[in-house]
Amino acid sequence: MSRWPDPDARRRGTFVVLGVVVAWPLLVLAEFKPWRLFDDGNLAVMGGFLAGFLPPSTDPAFLALLGRATVETLAMATAGTALAWAIAVPFAFVMARTLSVSRIGPARFSLAGPVLRGLARGVMMVLRAIPEVVWALVIVRALGLGPAAGVLALAITYGGMLGKVYAEILESVDARPARALLEAGCSRRMALAYGLLPGAAPELVSYTVYRWECAVRASVVMGFVGAGGLGQLMDQSMKMLNGGEASMILATFLLLVLLADAFSAGLRRVLA
Amino acid sequence: MTLRLSGVGVVHPGGRRALVSVDLSVAAGERVALIGPSGAGKTTLLRVAGVSLRPTEGRVELLGEAPWQLGAGGLRRLRARIGAVHQTPPLPPRQRVVTAVLAGRLGQWSVGKALWSLVHPADTAGAHEALDRLGLADRLFDRCDRLSGGQLQRVAVARVLYQRPDLLLADEPVSSLDPATSELLLSRLVAQSEATGAALVASLHAVDLALKWFPRVVGVRGGQVMFDLPAGGVTPALLRALYAGDADANAASTSTDVVATAASAAGTMCR
Repeated sequence: MSRWPDPDARRRGTFVVLGVVVAWPLLVLAEFKPWRLFDDGNLAVMGGFLAGFLPPSTDPAFLALLGRATVETLAMATAGTALAWAIAVPFAFVMARTLSVSRIGPARFSLAGPVLRGLARGVMMVLRAIPEVVWALVIVRALGLGPAAGVLALAITYGGMLGKVYAEILESVDARPARALLEAGCSRRMALAYGLLPGAAPELVSYTVYRWECAVRASVVMGFVGAGGLGQLMDQSMKMLNGGEASMILATFLLLVLLADAFSAGLRRVLA
Repeated sequence: MTLRLSGVGVVHPGGRRALVSVDLSVAAGERVALIGPSGAGKTTLLRVAGVSLRPTEGRVELLGEAPWQLGAGGLRRLRARIGAVHQTPPLPPRQRVVTAVLAGRLGQWSVGKALWSLVHPADTAGAHEALDRLGLADRLFDRCDRLSGGQLQRVAVARVLYQRPDLLLADEPVSSLDPATSELLLSRLVAQSEATGAALVASLHAVDLALKWFPRVVGVRGGQVMFDLPAGGVTPALLRALYAGDADANAASTSTDVVATAASAAGTMCR
């Protein structure tokens, strides 16, 4: 024992032990046996499956189809993310505690703030708790097959995710500028614009672009349920066991993710 | 009366008592310095005066209103009339100086004007004039993270000057500044108070600055007002009692040496 025992040591030790105790049964439950990948039979099976993907298809008719599907996917992801943004912004504004006027003082206790914030949090949770594929399945029944269902499904789920994360970003940046503005009689909206956004903008932008990138990928899964775009094309290719087409579609995804990444990095540089 | 505190006491959520039955009245145009050892309750007192902290007991009256009885709109309008200079300037590093200064009047501007001002400054001339008084006019379009600590505090003061509040509060505004900048900041705050009739209440580490710039000095210790005197009435004995047993005792004793000269000068220095 040292003369100055670290008061936090016990707590930290407990967390490590708890982490191991929780993780071990989880791994057993999930049948986590990665070494089985390298058993002789399995490697050959996977190899055979992947070999079917080569060479990538360059059939002009297919490429034309691919181009159309790519544009459709991009449109779906962009429109979906834009709608999600429109849902998320007002909710994040309500939820962010760094913009709470009643916490200054604190003012006389009133239920309005906590209730409103709790409601907003609840709505965001419901929106994102249900996976976009499920929303898409539901909406496809109403709107029929096509990208419109995908757009709405993305907007709903991603609205929930963006709202939660926006609020958390707004709570994690330096709150003092906004607080000083609120204390000088500034409205909540302007405290957001002048006090929080300058610090939070790069994080907000890069998370939004990342979500857009996720939306591009999510459109694959949604294509499987008939929501159009690259996903639907992928579904058809896989069903017809056309590996060459599937690999070309995957290459397109890789390119789109690369583009999103470069776009995000560029925006962050501009805003830095 | 600009500010009237009666029987104000503050107990922080942890149970620590910060203020005990404080009575303090400040008239329009009056300039008051708060001095006292660290942890005496100066910051808490200023926060109560700035409607930033609701006292546990006692009454607060500000510019003729009882702030904690006001509705949300009334409280906002009242807060727009209070300008605060903080120990560390609360300016976003990525904001431009001009925007940071113009933010002083957000409490008075319409939403449309405020939003447009983010795109194109709505009152560049006003911001320039405020910065010019602090010798920073050439940094108008620089970003705040390009400025040094002392320059940032000057921007923060320019914002308060631009706000034109009826009550100016300053919490250790010059504690991390060099002597020349300290003098500049205090002289501008004092000039603003004289020009606009705003009351000025500032807490200060440096006793000599308090005696030089403020006609009225309030000594705070252990959450209580120990003395409330004209600057000329503050004696070295009072200061020794105020800072007795403080960790900064050495600093305080050097301050008291300064005081002997500063106190005699105070009568003539304070206009």
